[in-house]
Amino acid sequence: MKGIIGKKVGMTQVFGEDGQVVPVTVIQAGPCYVTQIRSEEKDGYKAVQLGFEELPPKRNGDSRLTKPKRGHLKRGGMDLPDLRYLREFRVRELDVEEGQVLRADIFETGDRVDVVGTSKGRGFAGTVKRHGFNRQPKTHGQSDRERAPGSIGATSTPGRVMKGTRMAGRMGGDRVTVQNLEVVVVDAEKNLLAVRGSVPGARGGVLLVKQSRKGRR
Amino acid sequence: MTDLIKALEAEDRGFPELAPGDTVRVHLRIVEGNRERIQVFHGMVIRLRKGGNDANFTVRRIASHGVGVERTFLLRSPRIEKIEIMRRAKVRRAQLYYMRGRQGKSARLKERRV
Repeated sequence: MKGIIGKKVGMTQVFGEDGQVVPVTVIQAGPCYVTQIRSEEKDGYKAVQLGFEELPPKRNGDSRLTKPKRGHLKRGGMDLPDLRYLREFRVRELDVEEGQVLRADIFETGDRVDVVGTSKGRGFAGTVKRHGFNRQPKTHGQSDRERAPGSIGATSTPGRVMKGTRMAGRMGGDRVTVQNLEVVVVDAEKNLLAVRGSVPGARGGVLLVKQSRKGRR
Repeated sequence: MTDLIKALEAEDRGFPELAPGDTVRVHLRIVEGNRERIQVFHGMVIRLRKGGNDANFTVRRIASHGVGVERTFLLRSPRIEKIEIMRRAKVRRAQLYYMRGRQGKSARLKERRV
Protein backbone atom coordinates (compact mmCIF):
# COMPACT_ATOMS: atom_id res chain seq x y z
CA MET A 1 0.00 0.00 0.00
CA LYS A 2 1.70 3.14 -1.17
CA GLY A 3 -0.72 5.99 -0.77
CA ILE A 4 -1.27 8.72 1.76
CA ILE A 5 -3.42 11.79 2.32
CA GLY A 6 -1.65 15.09 2.80
CA LYS A 7 -1.87 18.83 2.69
CA LYS A 8 0.01 21.19 0.44
CA VAL A 9 2.36 23.30 2.51
CA GLY A 10 3.98 25.35 -0.23
CA MET A 11 6.86 25.46 -2.63
CA THR A 12 10.55 26.07 -2.14
CA GLN A 13 13.80 24.93 -3.65
CA VAL A 14 16.39 22.53 -2.32
CA PHE A 15 19.92 21.73 -3.35
CA GLY A 16 20.64 18.44 -5.12
CA GLU A 17 23.77 16.34 -4.97
CA ASP A 18 25.99 18.48 -7.17
CA GLY A 19 24.53 21.65 -5.77
CA GLN A 20 21.96 22.03 -8.53
CA VAL A 21 18.70 23.60 -7.48
CA VAL A 22 15.57 21.46 -7.45
CA PRO A 23 12.13 23.14 -7.27
CA VAL A 24 9.93 21.22 -4.85
CA THR A 25 6.47 21.25 -3.33
CA VAL A 26 6.36 20.44 0.36
CA ILE A 27 3.51 18.17 1.45
CA GLN A 28 2.45 17.47 5.02
CA ALA A 29 1.75 13.76 4.47
CA GLY A 30 0.07 11.80 7.19
CA PRO A 31 -0.04 10.35 9.71
CA CYS A 32 -3.00 8.51 8.23
CA TYR A 33 -5.07 5.75 9.81
CA VAL A 34 -6.46 2.82 7.89
CA THR A 35 -10.15 3.25 8.63
CA GLN A 36 -11.63 0.53 6.47
CA ILE A 37 -10.68 -2.24 4.07
CA ARG A 38 -12.83 -2.74 1.01
CA SER A 39 -12.54 -6.32 -0.16
CA GLU A 40 -13.53 -8.14 -3.30
CA GLU A 41 -15.85 -10.47 -1.38
CA LYS A 42 -17.65 -7.83 0.60
CA ASP A 43 -17.60 -4.73 -1.55
CA GLY A 44 -16.83 -6.02 -5.04
CA TYR A 45 -13.54 -4.11 -5.28
CA LYS A 46 -10.30 -3.79 -3.42
CA ALA A 47 -9.48 -0.50 -1.76
CA VAL A 48 -8.15 0.98 1.45
CA GLN A 49 -9.92 3.83 3.18
CA LEU A 50 -7.56 6.21 4.94
CA GLY A 51 -8.32 8.96 7.43
CA PHE A 52 -6.23 12.07 7.89
CA GLU A 53 -5.93 15.00 10.27
CA GLU A 54 -7.04 14.55 13.83
CA LEU A 55 -9.80 16.89 14.91
CA PRO A 56 -9.55 18.43 18.34
CA PRO A 57 -12.76 18.11 20.40
CA LYS A 58 -15.06 21.10 20.85
CA ARG A 59 -14.50 23.32 23.86
CA ASN A 60 -17.15 21.48 25.81
CA GLY A 61 -15.36 18.22 25.13
CA ASP A 62 -17.81 16.91 22.52
CA SER A 63 -16.61 15.36 19.31
CA ARG A 64 -16.84 17.48 16.18
CA LEU A 65 -17.98 14.48 14.19
CA THR A 66 -21.50 13.22 13.84
CA LYS A 67 -22.31 10.06 15.74
CA PRO A 68 -22.37 7.87 12.61
CA LYS A 69 -18.93 9.11 11.63
CA ARG A 70 -17.66 8.62 15.18
CA GLY A 71 -19.08 5.11 15.15
CA HIS A 72 -17.34 4.39 11.86
CA LEU A 73 -14.00 5.13 13.53
CA LYS A 74 -14.87 3.25 16.70
CA ARG A 75 -16.04 -0.20 15.85
CA GLY A 76 -14.81 -3.73 16.36
CA GLY A 77 -11.66 -3.48 18.42
CA MET A 78 -10.73 -0.22 16.73
CA ASP A 79 -10.82 3.16 18.44
CA LEU A 80 -9.41 5.87 16.18
CA PRO A 81 -9.28 9.59 16.93
CA ASP A 82 -11.67 11.93 15.12
CA LEU A 83 -10.46 12.38 11.58
CA ARG A 84 -11.33 15.24 9.27
CA TYR A 85 -10.82 13.55 5.91
CA LEU A 86 -11.60 10.03 4.75
CA ARG A 87 -10.46 8.96 1.29
CA GLU A 88 -10.28 5.65 -0.54
CA PHE A 89 -7.32 4.33 -2.47
CA ARG A 90 -7.82 1.52 -4.97
CA VAL A 91 -5.16 -1.13 -4.47
CA ARG A 92 -4.19 -4.42 -6.05
CA GLU A 93 -3.19 -6.09 -2.84
CA LEU A 94 -4.63 -5.58 0.61
CA ASP A 95 -1.45 -5.53 2.64
CA VAL A 96 -2.65 -3.35 5.52
CA GLU A 97 -5.00 -3.83 8.45
CA GLU A 98 -7.73 -1.65 9.84
CA GLY A 99 -6.39 0.67 12.50
CA GLN A 100 -2.87 0.67 11.12
CA VAL A 101 -1.00 4.01 10.90
CA LEU A 102 0.70 5.14 7.71
CA ARG A 103 3.39 7.79 7.77
CA ALA A 104 5.36 9.73 5.21
CA ASP A 105 8.13 7.13 5.42
CA ILE A 106 6.18 4.66 3.29
CA PHE A 107 7.84 6.61 0.46
CA GLU A 108 11.55 6.80 -0.22
CA THR A 109 13.54 9.42 -2.04
CA GLY A 110 13.58 8.60 -5.74
CA ASP A 111 10.09 7.09 -5.72
CA ARG A 112 7.71 8.21 -8.43
CA VAL A 113 4.29 9.35 -7.26
CA ASP A 114 1.04 10.71 -8.68
CA VAL A 115 -0.49 13.59 -6.75
CA VAL A 116 -4.23 14.32 -6.85
CA GLY A 117 -5.60 17.67 -5.76
CA THR A 118 -8.31 20.20 -6.43
CA SER A 119 -7.15 23.00 -8.70
CA LYS A 120 -7.55 26.61 -7.64
CA GLY A 121 -10.98 28.01 -8.47
CA ARG A 122 -10.85 30.73 -11.08
CA GLY A 123 -14.53 31.67 -11.02
CA PHE A 124 -16.31 32.62 -14.23
CA ALA A 125 -13.41 32.83 -16.64
CA GLY A 126 -13.37 34.00 -20.24
CA THR A 127 -12.25 31.99 -23.24
CA VAL A 128 -8.74 33.43 -23.26
CA LYS A 129 -7.95 32.17 -19.77
CA ARG A 130 -10.15 29.09 -19.86
CA HIS A 131 -9.41 27.66 -23.28
CA GLY A 132 -6.30 29.51 -24.36
CA PHE A 133 -8.02 31.43 -27.17
CA ASN A 134 -5.97 34.15 -28.83
CA ARG A 135 -6.64 37.76 -28.14
CA GLN A 136 -7.97 39.99 -30.90
CA PRO A 137 -6.10 43.09 -32.07
CA LYS A 138 -5.96 46.02 -29.69
CA THR A 139 -5.60 48.50 -32.55
CA HIS A 140 -6.76 48.98 -36.16
CA GLY A 141 -10.02 50.63 -35.18
CA GLN A 142 -10.81 47.85 -32.74
CA SER A 143 -12.52 48.61 -29.49
CA ASP A 144 -13.72 46.47 -26.58
CA ARG A 145 -13.12 43.17 -28.38
CA GLU A 146 -9.65 42.20 -27.23
CA ARG A 147 -10.69 39.16 -25.25
CA ALA A 148 -13.94 38.34 -27.06
CA PRO A 149 -14.26 34.76 -28.32
CA GLY A 150 -15.00 35.67 -31.95
CA SER A 151 -17.42 33.63 -34.00
CA ILE A 152 -19.11 30.73 -32.26
CA GLY A 153 -20.68 29.23 -35.40
CA ALA A 154 -21.97 29.69 -38.93
CA THR A 155 -25.23 31.30 -40.05
CA SER A 156 -28.54 29.65 -40.98
CA THR A 157 -26.78 26.38 -41.77
CA PRO A 158 -26.81 24.87 -39.17
CA GLY A 159 -28.65 27.75 -37.50
CA ARG A 160 -27.47 26.78 -34.05
CA VAL A 161 -24.34 26.64 -31.99
CA MET A 162 -22.58 23.29 -31.99
CA LYS A 163 -22.64 21.32 -28.78
CA GLY A 164 -19.41 21.48 -26.86
CA THR A 165 -18.36 24.83 -28.34
CA ARG A 166 -15.81 26.28 -25.98
CA MET A 167 -17.11 29.34 -24.23
CA ALA A 168 -16.65 31.28 -21.02
CA GLY A 169 -17.69 29.64 -17.77
CA ARG A 170 -16.60 28.26 -14.44
CA MET A 171 -12.96 27.31 -14.37
CA GLY A 172 -10.84 25.53 -11.81
CA GLY A 173 -11.91 23.66 -8.71
CA ASP A 174 -11.49 20.42 -10.65
CA ARG A 175 -9.87 17.23 -9.51
CA VAL A 176 -6.46 17.22 -11.15
CA THR A 177 -3.82 14.51 -11.12
CA VAL A 178 -0.17 15.23 -11.77
CA GLN A 179 1.64 12.06 -12.70
CA ASN A 180 5.15 10.81 -12.20
CA LEU A 181 6.59 13.30 -9.74
CA GLU A 182 9.87 12.42 -8.10
CA VAL A 183 10.03 12.27 -4.31
CA VAL A 184 13.02 14.42 -3.39
CA VAL A 185 12.87 14.57 0.40
CA VAL A 186 11.22 12.34 3.00
CA ASP A 187 11.16 13.60 6.57
CA ALA A 188 9.75 10.75 8.63
CA GLU A 189 9.92 12.68 11.86
CA LYS A 190 7.81 15.62 10.72
CA ASN A 191 5.82 13.59 8.18
CA LEU A 192 6.91 15.78 5.32
CA LEU A 193 7.38 14.91 1.68
CA ALA A 194 8.90 17.11 -0.97
CA VAL A 195 8.14 16.26 -4.57
CA ARG A 196 9.82 17.76 -7.60
CA GLY A 197 7.68 20.31 -9.37
CA SER A 198 4.27 21.76 -8.71
CA VAL A 199 1.09 20.21 -7.44
CA PRO A 200 -2.54 21.25 -8.02
CA GLY A 201 -4.44 23.50 -5.63
CA ALA A 202 -3.84 26.21 -3.11
CA ARG A 203 -1.66 25.93 -0.04
CA GLY A 204 -3.50 23.99 2.63
CA GLY A 205 -5.40 22.00 0.00
CA VAL A 206 -5.94 18.28 0.50
CA LEU A 207 -3.78 16.04 -1.65
CA LEU A 208 -3.70 12.33 -2.34
CA VAL A 209 -0.21 11.00 -2.92
CA LYS A 210 0.06 7.56 -4.43
CA GLN A 211 2.52 5.38 -6.21
CA SER A 212 2.80 6.46 -9.82
CA ARG A 213 0.87 4.56 -12.47
CA LYS A 214 3.69 5.12 -14.88
CA GLY A 215 6.62 2.78 -14.58
CA ARG A 216 4.59 0.37 -12.48
CA ARG A 217 3.97 -3.08 -13.84
CA MET B 1 2.96 26.29 7.48
CA THR B 2 6.12 28.25 6.73
CA ASP B 3 7.80 26.56 9.67
CA LEU B 4 7.28 23.27 7.91
CA ILE B 5 9.05 24.58 4.83
CA LYS B 6 11.90 25.86 6.94
CA ALA B 7 12.37 22.35 8.28
CA LEU B 8 13.55 21.23 4.86
CA GLU B 9 15.89 24.08 4.19
CA ALA B 10 19.61 23.79 3.93
CA GLU B 11 21.64 24.99 6.86
CA ASP B 12 23.26 28.36 7.07
CA ARG B 13 26.70 27.87 5.59
CA GLY B 14 28.35 30.00 8.23
CA PHE B 15 29.68 32.52 5.74
CA PRO B 16 30.49 35.99 7.04
CA GLU B 17 27.50 38.31 7.10
CA LEU B 18 27.45 40.08 3.74
CA ALA B 19 26.20 43.59 3.11
CA PRO B 20 25.76 45.67 -0.04
CA GLY B 21 28.96 47.50 -0.86
CA ASP B 22 31.24 44.73 0.36
CA THR B 23 34.08 43.78 -1.90
CA VAL B 24 34.29 40.01 -1.80
CA ARG B 25 36.10 37.02 -3.21
CA VAL B 26 33.70 34.16 -3.85
CA HIS B 27 35.37 30.77 -4.13
CA LEU B 28 33.30 28.53 -6.35
CA ARG B 29 33.58 24.82 -6.80
CA ILE B 30 33.50 24.04 -10.51
CA VAL B 31 33.10 20.47 -11.72
CA GLU B 32 34.51 19.72 -15.15
CA GLY B 33 33.93 16.10 -16.04
CA ASN B 34 35.38 14.36 -13.02
CA ARG B 35 37.85 17.08 -12.22
CA GLU B 36 36.98 19.64 -9.61
CA ARG B 37 38.58 23.02 -9.26
CA ILE B 38 38.04 26.28 -7.45
CA GLN B 39 37.30 29.49 -9.30
CA VAL B 40 37.35 32.86 -7.64
CA PHE B 41 34.95 35.66 -8.54
CA HIS B 42 36.11 38.98 -7.18
CA GLY B 43 33.86 42.00 -7.06
CA MET B 44 31.42 44.15 -5.15
CA VAL B 45 28.14 42.98 -3.67
CA ILE B 46 25.47 45.17 -5.25
CA ARG B 47 22.43 43.25 -4.09
CA LEU B 48 21.57 40.89 -1.26
CA ARG B 49 18.25 39.10 -1.03
CA LYS B 50 17.36 37.08 2.01
CA GLY B 51 14.84 34.29 2.21
CA GLY B 52 15.93 30.88 3.36
CA ASN B 53 17.02 28.59 0.56
CA ASP B 54 16.32 31.26 -2.01
CA ALA B 55 18.70 33.78 -0.45
CA ASN B 56 21.09 35.13 -3.06
CA PHE B 57 23.51 37.93 -3.72
CA THR B 58 24.85 39.59 -6.83
CA VAL B 59 28.50 40.44 -7.29
CA ARG B 60 29.66 42.95 -9.89
CA ARG B 61 33.17 43.09 -11.23
CA ILE B 62 34.82 44.94 -14.07
CA ALA B 63 36.35 42.45 -16.49
CA SER B 64 38.85 43.24 -19.23
CA HIS B 65 38.12 46.19 -21.54
CA GLY B 66 36.04 47.78 -18.81
CA VAL B 67 33.12 45.41 -19.33
CA GLY B 68 30.99 45.01 -16.25
CA VAL B 69 30.15 41.42 -15.30
CA GLU B 70 27.52 40.57 -12.71
CA ARG B 71 26.98 37.16 -11.28
CA THR B 72 24.30 36.05 -8.84
CA PHE B 73 25.02 33.31 -6.31
CA LEU B 74 22.72 31.36 -4.07
CA LEU B 75 23.88 32.04 -0.56
CA ARG B 76 23.31 28.49 0.67
CA SER B 77 24.55 26.70 -2.40
CA PRO B 78 26.98 23.88 -1.69
CA ARG B 79 28.87 25.02 -4.79
CA ILE B 80 30.22 27.99 -2.88
CA GLU B 81 33.37 26.94 -1.11
CA LYS B 82 34.19 30.12 0.75
CA ILE B 83 33.44 33.84 0.78
CA GLU B 84 36.09 36.34 1.82
CA ILE B 85 35.26 39.93 2.56
CA MET B 86 38.11 42.14 1.40
CA ARG B 87 36.66 45.58 2.10
CA ARG B 88 33.42 47.06 3.31
CA ALA B 89 32.01 50.33 2.09
CA LYS B 90 29.68 52.93 3.47
CA VAL B 91 26.51 52.85 1.42
CA ARG B 92 23.05 54.28 1.95
CA ARG B 93 21.10 52.01 -0.32
CA ALA B 94 20.19 48.33 -0.27
CA GLN B 95 20.60 47.85 -4.01
CA LEU B 96 23.60 49.49 -5.57
CA TYR B 97 22.33 49.54 -9.13
CA TYR B 98 23.77 53.01 -9.54
CA MET B 99 27.18 51.37 -9.74
CA ARG B 100 26.25 50.07 -13.17
CA GLY B 101 26.53 53.43 -14.83
CA ARG B 102 29.85 54.21 -13.23
CA GLN B 103 33.47 53.42 -13.83
CA GLY B 104 36.85 54.67 -12.70
CA LYS B 105 36.82 57.41 -10.08
CA SER B 106 33.06 57.70 -9.79
CA ALA B 107 32.81 54.01 -9.01
CA ARG B 108 34.69 54.42 -5.73
CA LEU B 109 32.90 54.02 -2.43
CA LYS B 110 33.98 55.28 0.94
CA GLU B 111 35.41 52.56 3.12
CA ARG B 112 33.65 51.52 6.29
CA ARG B 113 35.98 50.43 9.05
CA VAL B 114 34.56 47.65 11.16
